[in-house]
Amino acid sequence: MMPGSVLWFARHEARLAWRDWLSMITGGRRERLRRVVVAIVIFAIFMHFVAYWMVGRYADATLDASMLMTLSTSILLSWLLMVSQAMESMTRAFYSRSDLDLILASPVKANRLFAIRIATVALAVAAMAIPLAAPFIDILVAFGGTRWLGAYGLIVAMGAAAAALAVGFTVALFRLIGPKRTRLVAQVIAAVIGAAFVIGLQVAAILSYGTISRTTIMQSRAVLANVPDIDSIVWWPARAAMGDWTALAGVLAASLALLFAAIALVAPRFGEYAVAAAGAGAATVSQGRQSSFKQTSPRSALRHKEWMLLRRDPWLVSQTFMQMLYLIPPAMLLWRSFDDGNGAYNLLVPVLVMAAGQLAGGLAWLAISGEDAPDLVATAPVPASFVLRAKVEAVLGVIVVVFAPLLLVLALASPWHALVSAAGILIATTAATAIQLWFRSQAKRSQFRRRQVSSRIATFSEAFSSIGWAAASAVAAVSLVLAVAPALIAAVVVAGAWAMSPRTAAA
Amino acid sequence: MKHVMSPIPSALEISGLVKRFDRTAVDGLDLNVRSGEFYALLGPNGAGKTTTLRMIAGLLRPDAGSIRVAGIDALADPVAAKQIVAWISDEPMIYDKLTPREYLEFVAGLWGIGPAVAQARAEELLSWLDLAPHAQERCEGFSKGMRQKVALAGALVHDPRVIILDEPLTGLDAGSARQVKSVLRERVNAGGAIIMTTHILEVAERMADRIGVIAHGKLIAEGTLEELRRQAGRTNGATSDGATLEDTFLALVAEQAQAA
Repeated sequence: MMPGSVLWFARHEARLAWRDWLSMITGGRRERLRRVVVAIVIFAIFMHFVAYWMVGRYADATLDASMLMTLSTSILLSWLLMVSQAMESMTRAFYSRSDLDLILASPVKANRLFAIRIATVALAVAAMAIPLAAPFIDILVAFGGTRWLGAYGLIVAMGAAAAALAVGFTVALFRLIGPKRTRLVAQVIAAVIGAAFVIGLQVAAILSYGTISRTTIMQSRAVLANVPDIDSIVWWPARAAMGDWTALAGVLAASLALLFAAIALVAPRFGEYAVAAAGAGAATVSQGRQSSFKQTSPRSALRHKEWMLLRRDPWLVSQTFMQMLYLIPPAMLLWRSFDDGNGAYNLLVPVLVMAAGQLAGGLAWLAISGEDAPDLVATAPVPASFVLRAKVEAVLGVIVVVFAPLLLVLALASPWHALVSAAGILIATTAATAIQLWFRSQAKRSQFRRRQVSSRIATFSEAFSSIGWAAASAVAAVSLVLAVAPALIAAVVVAGAWAMSPRTAAA
Repeated sequence: MKHVMSPIPSALEISGLVKRFDRTAVDGLDLNVRSGEFYALLGPNGAGKTTTLRMIAGLLRPDAGSIRVAGIDALADPVAAKQIVAWISDEPMIYDKLTPREYLEFVAGLWGIGPAVAQARAEELLSWLDLAPHAQERCEGFSKGMRQKVALAGALVHDPRVIILDEPLTGLDAGSARQVKSVLRERVNAGGAIIMTTHILEVAERMADRIGVIAHGKLIAEGTLEELRRQAGRTNGATSDGATLEDTFLALVAEQAQAA
């Protein structure tokens, strides 16, 4: 293979991507690979059962407006999530300068590598989507025939189109607002793009039909009456998924053409953009006014620092508060159901508890593990327990600020539901914070997105604990006695996390 | 910055210090640093210098031995010891989203320094380290040298008696290095004690009152440059009166390697 050729670069990129993936999957420990593979196989089998339960009934579906609408909505949502993923990868490609100097200083044609990098984003996005979609497609193929195999082709087309859009959008942002702001804006958009679509559908459903289900609005008579004819090009992606080979060929050709056009336009200038992006961090940010030092205790200094760092990092805010976006639909439901009785409130309780648990987990990671000056804090003349307490208080402070207004409104409508929600939020928040405390490991705040990789036990414990406490709260809103069982399960999850935590294991 | 500290006989006393990881990193180390003394700890890579300093700063707990900082047992009462100690590593750890002034306010808060005193010291340090024009800018755009100066200002804002520095001049340009050295010398003249590791032997040669050489976790030589020269010449014969610290250091380390 000729050094510097497209294939040579492709092999280089493939090797890096493979090792990165392997490291992510195994947490950097190769001896875990076998266990990880077994876990993936078990999870895949489980997901096939879930897929059968969810889509089995659609296997023999025929082409009609309702089916095309359902499928198109799912495809659009998935594609928006792929665009989000592609934008995140593209931003990283522009702003990560690990090998940029080496490439630009070498005598090879750098645009070949950049072309490969853009194509790699498309492949990676599709490759990440396939394992998630595979159980559903497999079930449809098994029970509905090979025509559903077209869905795999559609995923490749979606990956190509997502990468093309992401690269185009990122470059457009570069030109419009400059490299410094592009990073933040692109990452925030990437974070909210998929969520915004789901939330938009839910809000529309709540406002129109008083239900939180996002499918309601897409299946409503009003929408179905006004959709294009089933032969319209609008339905091509859905038709491609259902085995219309002409539609699949058309969608694939259009997506790949879009990707090649993006590569042809951007790859020659990629180095220029990347250099501009690398220099963006050097610019200083003026803060304006100068205030006097205030009297403060060490604990208050720590709390204040945590809040200030969080407030000043819009990217972290966008990542951390993603869960908060999902509170918009329940808030709308609360507003709409103010006089409608208990049904809606029962639905609100678990949503609030779940969101609080997830938010607390993210914040606790930032405060406890994501300390950028660990030595400074460790050498301060205060006991370690004191530092941890201050950080936990900082987390709880944010939770209180976010959830207190919602609980107050809920208390006006239904004091019982507000009380149950408050108790659930307190327990879920404490559990998530405790799990982060037990599994704490030093990291940079910028590694927030990769925190799940550092300990899968912590990640799953945190998620299952939040789900468990949300379920227990939902049941408690109806019957306290029945809530004992889910509460016990959630408590077992938390106890299990404690038992498996590195500190307990080392003791 | 003419803070004169009340004299304390021995700023740092280390006795029989041991730390083991998968191998013994520090092996029965004894060390004594006096008040008003600049002590340089030298040694090849992996000799145990940073581990020693991290134990003194309270970041690592030794497996055996004792550490007394200004007479305080740092292992029995770490909080009291930390009150008078400052630690700066070669990789300045500061908060990108804070300005230098906010960083200093935070550090002063952690050490419980009153706002009036802390602000006066902070302004003085910012000005002395040429950070005043950048005091209102977030640290995220700072060069490594500027970040190192912010970290140094943070270490000094609580007026420590003992300053522990691990390669503090790494990455600093000549001008910044001179500023930092001048600030450190002032602290020593004011009665503070500094213990520093460095691979820049010229810095140790010029600044240190005494030098300790460590290898395989043990102190193999200690004294002024003259005393070290004599020790190396006596055992090795390869150094002369005019030998640089580099010659002396290499001779001592080579001798230790042969003995091992």
